[in-house]
Amino acid sequence: MKKVFLTGNEAIARGAYEYGVTFASAYPGTPSTEILENIAKYSEIYAEWAPNEKVALEAAVGASMAGARAIVSMKHVGLNVAADPLFTLAYTGVNGGLVIVTADDPGMHSSQNEQDNRNFAPFAKIPMLEPSDSQEAKDLVGEALKISEMFETPVLFRTTTRISHSRSVVQIGERQPAEIKPYVKNQEKFAMIPGFARKRRLILKEKLQALEEYSEKFPYNRIEWGINQDIGIITSGISYQYVKEVFGDEVSVLKLTMTFPLPKKLIASFAEKVKEVYVVEELDPYLENQIKAMGIKVKGKEVIPEIGELSPEILRERLKREKVTVAFKPYTAVPSRPPVLCPGCPHRGIFYVLKKMKAVVTSDIGCYSLGVLPPLESIDSILCMGASISMGHGFKKAYEANGKDAPVITVIGDSTFLHSGITSLMDAVYNRSNTINIIVDNSITAMTGHQHHPGTGYNAKEEPAPAVSLEAICKALGVENVSVVDSYDLKAFEDAVKNAMNHKDGPSVIIARRACALLKGKGPKGLYAVNEEKCKKCKICLRLGCPAIQVSGDRVFINPLSCVGCAVCVQVCPFGSIEKVGDN
Amino acid sequence: MAVKSVFISGVGGQGTILAGKVITTALVNQGYDVKMSEVHGMAQRGGSVITQIRYGDRVYSPLIEKGRADVLLAFEKLEAVRYIDYLSPNSTLILNDLEMPPASVLTGKEAYPQDIVPRLKEEIKNIIVVNAVNIARECGEIRAQNMVLVGVLARVMDWSKNAFIEVIRQVVSPKYVQVNINAFERGWELNV
Ligand code: SF4
Ligand code: SF4
Repeated sequence: MKKVFLTGNEAIARGAYEYGVTFASAYPGTPSTEILENIAKYSEIYAEWAPNEKVALEAAVGASMAGARAIVSMKHVGLNVAADPLFTLAYTGVNGGLVIVTADDPGMHSSQNEQDNRNFAPFAKIPMLEPSDSQEAKDLVGEALKISEMFETPVLFRTTTRISHSRSVVQIGERQPAEIKPYVKNQEKFAMIPGFARKRRLILKEKLQALEEYSEKFPYNRIEWGINQDIGIITSGISYQYVKEVFGDEVSVLKLTMTFPLPKKLIASFAEKVKEVYVVEELDPYLENQIKAMGIKVKGKEVIPEIGELSPEILRERLKREKVTVAFKPYTAVPSRPPVLCPGCPHRGIFYVLKKMKAVVTSDIGCYSLGVLPPLESIDSILCMGASISMGHGFKKAYEANGKDAPVITVIGDSTFLHSGITSLMDAVYNRSNTINIIVDNSITAMTGHQHHPGTGYNAKEEPAPAVSLEAICKALGVENVSVVDSYDLKAFEDAVKNAMNHKDGPSVIIARRACALLKGKGPKGLYAVNEEKCKKCKICLRLGCPAIQVSGDRVFINPLSCVGCAVCVQVCPFGSIEKVGDN
Repeated sequence: MAVKSVFISGVGGQGTILAGKVITTALVNQGYDVKMSEVHGMAQRGGSVITQIRYGDRVYSPLIEKGRADVLLAFEKLEAVRYIDYLSPNSTLILNDLEMPPASVLTGKEAYPQDIVPRLKEEIKNIIVVNAVNIARECGEIRAQNMVLVGVLARVMDWSKNAFIEVIRQVVSPKYVQVNINAFERGWELNV
């Protein structure tokens, strides 16, 4: 058997391959993105990017109904989008095995919230598995498919950033092809009219009871007796590793891997044999509340924080009560280094112009969220995928209804618009909203690392695909004032915004188009420098926040290693002091 | 073997991810249990980035505890002083003598502290200061600064030089293999 070094995401992809999955769908989102990216490399598996998580899940449900083994993956907030099919899917159940991966982001490394998606399992009434490392991530895909087919249920597969993006050694095996199961028309199972759904609700109850029995014997739920049987720790996922790291085999551990339904008898018998029980889990008291409801006395969140990521040193300090000694204190009064828009980023000039507009700017999820930071600081709000257009619409209407007025501008990316901006724009058209909606089209899903979407002309396997036209969609929705400008042309963009401000009969759309500066072969060309004889040191160019433009004392200069030649700064300098000096 | 921990810090885009890949591949090839953790997504847009590597007979946590890293390999000076709490009094700091001003410094709002190297030299007894950019430039490719630093680290950790050269051949694109090997060897040979 071969040993390889995989991230949790690569291991899940490998699991999908080894255990006979033939259909995979996803929408990119950190920390889940690489699951589908890696699955797409296997020619044996059909793999696609869907426009959003709801569509991805529904497509996977269709594949499962057809009898195939299917996997769908998304970040934690993506499951909110897919929640509608999820809850009724629990009633219908599946045909071919179906695994739904949710990758949560405790600590919000790259997310807008840190919701704990373990709560979805009891809420939606579907079983859940949680791997603790990459080996388990791979193996449990097989277990999840087995459970899924045995109980005709979808299985929730929950990871966190430290599982998805940590590498560990994995023993890999051969692919075991799974034969497609026959599809037999069965309306009472698949067509959820109320009469049929009521029957399925009863079947679901029985299923959950049977699954609880299964959980009792599931070998991945296991007790590791320690030298000390006074203290027992119940844990799951990455928290298990932190417990072992800090305590080794000093304490006894109940490692839970199937965390819904919980193996109640196993938990009760473990709790009986030890004197004191602690529950060690990241984020919500998910296990703790259920175990307490069983009438078992445990300590959890009074010791372990419920906010942010867990770490071994938190356990060492709070649970082992060891003092963590730090020999060298980090220097606190040093400049921080938040992420920034890249040199040549097509979003930069857009926000520079918007800042001058004195408008309310509702924005969205993507690289352009960075337009919230100084020096651009042009964004008023960021909530969730697609909210920019609908929030702007609501803001404008509420102002009008109360006799107030302000220009309202919304900013959304191309991938996000296709994800869930279209229905919002429909609302703005239908209800005659005088908002200005800017689609910043960099022709890729950039923030998550350049994934294709239905507008790029390529599919998940990098094969040519039909490209949907953003302008055609907007026009078809009934937007009368649609214009397309080059994001690098600040005057054209500013003129388009001013024109839209005068358009008073329904929403306007400005598509500001320019490929992401990091896209191979599509970035700008050229090298610019400050002509120091002409430069008046007004520092207006610094308001762009381009990392290539720097000051040293009084001197303003462009770092030739960083400049990519977008020429946006040239348009900003009032004295014509920035000049082209090369072709890069 | 007891578990050892290497903490790498730097700025998004500096090549810390490739450095982590080379190091861990070499360690896995030598039969160790290895875990590595890194953060993707937003932080990679020019922000502060870290990679944590742990290896030994049996590794549980992919995260390193404060005060317990054997080495801090800092690709940039500010990114060193942010994480020195991960070092113990006996561990080693490998410091790339490089100043990459963050946005607040570029725009003149904050000053880049000028006393970092002398302050660290005062505080930390095992400190190695390397000008990896200059060495990489001499090798003909500034971006190979990461391999210079990996070379220094490999020597400090007493890792097999040939194992690393083998891995560089495997994971670096063919066009850049030789320049990366040269950079690695220059780091290895630094008289520190
Ligand atoms: S905007 Fe022009 S004149 Fe003003 S500091 Fe920048 S380069 Fe110099
Ligand atoms: S041309 Fe100006 S704005 Fe564009 S990358 Fe170079 S310095 Fe930055």
